[in-house]
Amino acid sequence: MPDATKGPAGDSRPDANEPPKDLADEASVTKADEHRGTRVDDDSVLPPDEEAVPDTSVDISVEEVAHLPKGKMLEVDDVTLRFGGVTALDGVSFHINTGEILGLIGPNGAGKTTCFNVMTGVYQPTSGQARFMGEPLGKRQKFQITKLGIARTFQNIRLFHNMTAMENVLVGADAHHSTGMGSALLRLPKHKAEEAEGNDRAYELLRFMGLEKRADELARNLPYGDQRRLEIARALATNPKLLCLDEPAAGFNPAEKARLMELIQTIREQGYTVLLIEHDMKLVMGVTDRIVVLEFGKKIAEGLPAEIQDNPAVIAAYLGVDEDAS
Amino acid sequence: MNPVSSFFHGVADRFRALPRWGRLVVLAVVVVLVYFLPILNPPVITTPDSDFGAVLFLCAMYALVAIGLNIVIGYAGLLDLGYIGFFAIGAYTVGVLGSAHAKVPLLLCIPAAMAVTLISGVVLGAPTLRVRGDYLAIVTLGFGEIVRLILVNADKLTNGNRGISGIPTPPSLDLFGVPHLVWDGFVARVDLDNQTRFIKFSVVDSIPYYWLALTLVFFVLFLDWRMQNSRVGRAWEATREDEDAAELMGVPTFRFKLLAFATGAAIGGLSGALFATKQQFINPDNFTILYSVLFVAMVVVGGQGNRWGVVVAAALLTYLPERFRDLSDARFLLFGLALMALAIFRPQGLMPARRNVRAKRADEETEVLEEGAAHA
Ligand SMILES: Nc1ncnc2c1ncn2[C@@H]1O[C@H](COP(=O)(O)OP(=O)(O)O)[C@@H](O)[C@H]1O
Ligand SMILES: [Mg+2]
Repeated sequence: MPDATKGPAGDSRPDANEPPKDLADEASVTKADEHRGTRVDDDSVLPPDEEAVPDTSVDISVEEVAHLPKGKMLEVDDVTLRFGGVTALDGVSFHINTGEILGLIGPNGAGKTTCFNVMTGVYQPTSGQARFMGEPLGKRQKFQITKLGIARTFQNIRLFHNMTAMENVLVGADAHHSTGMGSALLRLPKHKAEEAEGNDRAYELLRFMGLEKRADELARNLPYGDQRRLEIARALATNPKLLCLDEPAAGFNPAEKARLMELIQTIREQGYTVLLIEHDMKLVMGVTDRIVVLEFGKKIAEGLPAEIQDNPAVIAAYLGVDEDAS
Repeated sequence: MNPVSSFFHGVADRFRALPRWGRLVVLAVVVVLVYFLPILNPPVITTPDSDFGAVLFLCAMYALVAIGLNIVIGYAGLLDLGYIGFFAIGAYTVGVLGSAHAKVPLLLCIPAAMAVTLISGVVLGAPTLRVRGDYLAIVTLGFGEIVRLILVNADKLTNGNRGISGIPTPPSLDLFGVPHLVWDGFVARVDLDNQTRFIKFSVVDSIPYYWLALTLVFFVLFLDWRMQNSRVGRAWEATREDEDAAELMGVPTFRFKLLAFATGAAIGGLSGALFATKQQFINPDNFTILYSVLFVAMVVVGGQGNRWGVVVAAALLTYLPERFRDLSDARFLLFGLALMALAIFRPQGLMPARRNVRAKRADEETEVLEEGAAHA
């Protein structure tokens, strides 16, 4: 009898069971690579090696996101963040235009994840500020920023491991719901309407990501790649104006990476604005509209992919950095 | 999977496989049997050394406690080690309002008890739930003991160690009598001299209290199911799984933790009120810290997050020591050993929450499809 609460898959992926509490773990890329060798999944509905096929024809667009005014969606304005003696971000400024895919690249430890953490309210900047749709984020809490329209994934997968794939996405969809205890207990029309909307939205996103057959499996029993895609589905369920992906292709082989990049482009075509972190420079060249490069917490370059490719400072930053090994 | 949980899951699966009317019939039969248990007084199951009705009342009352604490520990993942404090506040609210300082009828005392415990849950939770994990355990542990000390020392309000007596009973109907069964070996006989009045609450017969407690258990279970299968329940579980990630997915985790804590407190208060009206006399000794430990044990043994698991565990942990009273003091030793064995061999509890029931069904469907494909 399959027992999803204690599967061999769970045992072989320690960090899938116990998500590291540190949001800025640099070692996770290598860890992720190791796990690919030990992908076991007795409990899966699908055979583990059966590739989940995203169905990019599914319409995942939402009204309020599709018709945003053109212009600067998010501005990071001279942000500095220090952890004791470490300056993780040093006067970083850049912006994201509505409807574009912006690549945020840089070697490991450059401050990319930290930048996400400032934008999503995990850290308050030491100085400077981030503005979203013209409004300073200020001291807003994390969940408030999510409701404003910024959603993210994590470099280290941080799913709700003991909830099903469907429930994970439903939690995301609940970000734009407001059912409280009263309507839940009395099963008021609001509860029913939001529950139906959430289910439709979650199922549509699971289909889009090719995960619908795994909808009722516990997140921790999903193969590694599906967990990564599930994180994207969960973030999209919040109906974000800005989708921030933190190394979503970490641990993928080149073919999988290429497929994921196509998927990210489809997400943009459906009206979402995307901020994509990736330390592998070559990978983002094809998909991004513009690229911002960080090194040691400083912005060292910004521009079109072609310009970045030939930028001497960027080449120097990446020189000697073996992208595949890091 | 261990034999206990595979047995229960097997039963649950077979139950789900039944058609709708079949499920209703099975459910009705089980519910009726459970209600009639103290009337049937079945041999072997009955407690020879103590009043079976009273034992069953305690089972149902502790089940209610476990359901409430399961919301806090099982769903929201908050380790509350002072649950007896809420239980005590509920009981004393009934005592103070219903007997010591006023003569408020019980049916008004009960909602008052729940309101007071709800508020004390919010007051205790608001400062402590902002900090994580271990602090809550320590603060709640202290809370349980502080409540007891206040009960001892606030003499004017609580009568101190003398306790409060004359706590009102629920209103009685007294419509008809239900004769008990008596057993001569395994031969049953209707005993017309020994009847339970339907429904008359008094010290001499615990069975009406058992019926009341059982009804509350079913009602609260129903509400619990509705809460869990909603945005509220999902928010609790997401918070338990990963608080940061939940917050970043738009869950106001603090608010939901407070909601879980206060809801749990209110159910604790309801159980305490039930205890007070059954005992009709309470004093601070009824609410020692040991009960907090016992309550947590019920939730953990049952399998945190599984409402039926914690109900079964609460009933068993109450019933077994009463059933084996003839083993006298050794029963506590055995009880402790059993808990240790469980902790070692079955850390998730007897019946861990199984969220993947639907997953299993999908599994079977795929198998059928694959077989079909193989034949074609
Ligand atoms: N919570 C923290 N405390 C101390 N230092 C941190 C913390 N988070 C990140 N850092 C440091 O900030 C720098 C940038 O880290 P990070 O943003 O994770 O880099 P990247 O995502 O570009 O690989 C690193 O030197 C890291 O050690
Ligand atoms: Mg990073």
